[in-house]
Amino acid sequence: MRWIRRHILAVVAVLVLVYLFIPIAVVAVLSFNKPEGKYNTSWNQFSLDGWTNICGVPGVCDSFMISVRIGLISTFFATILGTMIAFALVRYRFRGRSTTNLLIFLPMTTPEVVMGASLLALFLNLRFPLGELTIMIAHIMFIISFVVVTVKARLQGMDPRLEEAARDLYAGPRAAFRYVTLPLVAPGIAGAALLGFSLSFDDFIISFFNAGTVVTFPIYIWGAAQRGIPVQVNALATLVFVVALLIVLITQFVGSRRRKALENEISQNPANIDSLLPRS
Amino acid sequence: MVAAVPSTSKKNVVVAQRKSRTGYFLLLPGMTWLAIFFAIPFVTLFMTSLQAPVPGKSGQYTPAFQLSNYPDAIIEYFPQFLRSFIYAGIATALALLIAYPLAYFIAFKAGRWRALMLVLVIAPSFASFLLRTYAWKTILADEGFITTFFNYLHLLPDDRILNTGIAVVAGLTYNFLPFMILPLYAALEKIDPRLLEASKDLYASAFATFRKVTWPLSLPGVVAGTLLTFIPATGDYINSELLGSTQDRMIGNVIQTNFIEFRDYPTASALSFALMAAILVLVFTYIRRAGTEDLL
Repeated sequence: MRWIRRHILAVVAVLVLVYLFIPIAVVAVLSFNKPEGKYNTSWNQFSLDGWTNICGVPGVCDSFMISVRIGLISTFFATILGTMIAFALVRYRFRGRSTTNLLIFLPMTTPEVVMGASLLALFLNLRFPLGELTIMIAHIMFIISFVVVTVKARLQGMDPRLEEAARDLYAGPRAAFRYVTLPLVAPGIAGAALLGFSLSFDDFIISFFNAGTVVTFPIYIWGAAQRGIPVQVNALATLVFVVALLIVLITQFVGSRRRKALENEISQNPANIDSLLPRS
Repeated sequence: MVAAVPSTSKKNVVVAQRKSRTGYFLLLPGMTWLAIFFAIPFVTLFMTSLQAPVPGKSGQYTPAFQLSNYPDAIIEYFPQFLRSFIYAGIATALALLIAYPLAYFIAFKAGRWRALMLVLVIAPSFASFLLRTYAWKTILADEGFITTFFNYLHLLPDDRILNTGIAVVAGLTYNFLPFMILPLYAALEKIDPRLLEASKDLYASAFATFRKVTWPLSLPGVVAGTLLTFIPATGDYINSELLGSTQDRMIGNVIQTNFIEFRDYPTASALSFALMAAILVLVFTYIRRAGTEDLL
């Protein structure tokens, strides 16, 4: 008891983390279930059907691939557009900064249902046919803001002296960008892309409004929820979760180890860096 | 959806900003995209909300200036409107209560576990939002452990959780929790631990230190976190559809059915616009009262 009282905060923190994972555990456990009726909501009998025959139910894998495609294309464009904006915000002076900030901030704080509805109103008024293209347009729109925020944080945390050092060593602006700035910002861009893909892949509300007859993976799940979600969906979702978690853990911890090594190097021999700087 | 993990480095070096046309060139494509597909749709949404039905043809509307669409829609769906704000408000308060200890622990006590714990906070969003919400059907089932426990204590008005407002609020609280944890953590992480030590040295109790030092300094995070939880929760209709009964529908459900099923575009647009306006008013009064206007 005394141990608990002394570590009460740690106990609560761990409990909250556990709470965050309870529904995921349920999804994973039920992927090994053989549901009794239509609805896969309570445990009945162990079965590997969901895993061995993962595309066995029509529509599951098709919708999954549609979501992957939409996610990849939307993320690609949103990452480029968002990274450009982040560079402009951190490195350049320009007029209309507060409007720019507002236009980036607002999509993150607008309820999805309002964004979905207003885009649908635009497409309906233009008589623009709904489909994969309209979903991608919508996804690029709401991912951009998250890319800007992520890349901007990385750019602001970067030591500008590194770039100046490169320029002092007669690197042209293009070479300095290519060999110094870009490699340093790359982890931020990669993180932004990962976040963007996960946002796009999992988006339901905005997609549903602008999908027409296209069925993405979340739209498939929404439809299946009424008539019973097949175990294959649980298996696929568990797989996605495990793969994504592994990617993040590997990049996070391999990246941080390398960064730490670099920081140690610099802190042990600061003269190497400082001697390169102009004294102005 | 989860916001970016706040960076753990405190280094913020000011870069000499260049002034050249390149800046505008970098901004142009992305900002044009946002202007066309985020800003202009609000104009078309407003125009659609004023349209009038074409007599004799259902599902067709002509441009008009029918302002009465607004009172008509709001009066008809006032219960769902009110319910959205109440459910989102309760869920936000609960999320703050649950998130604060975890964010505090990660910021001050986690040590070398900090990065891992931050990853674990965003990790749940890698599993489908819809499936995680659906999983609460299993957890809160009538025969389930949680419902049985609360029934034993005679705490449930309807003797069940699933298909009641309680389940909807529970789902909302769970789903938007990471949006509360991350901004709280970002604010707490900025606090100099020496301030807390100083307070202790001056004989403040742990509670007094929290109330007079930690809490006020974490307010920017509290404001950001409550907004990032409250706003999406108000517009959400997934939780209410999957976990609630028809008695627990929120304004998002109404907008979705009117737009996609009934094809009553003016009503649905008027409701969306009214929802956005109501949220903006609430947010600005809240920010003003919390005294953190520089947040925006």
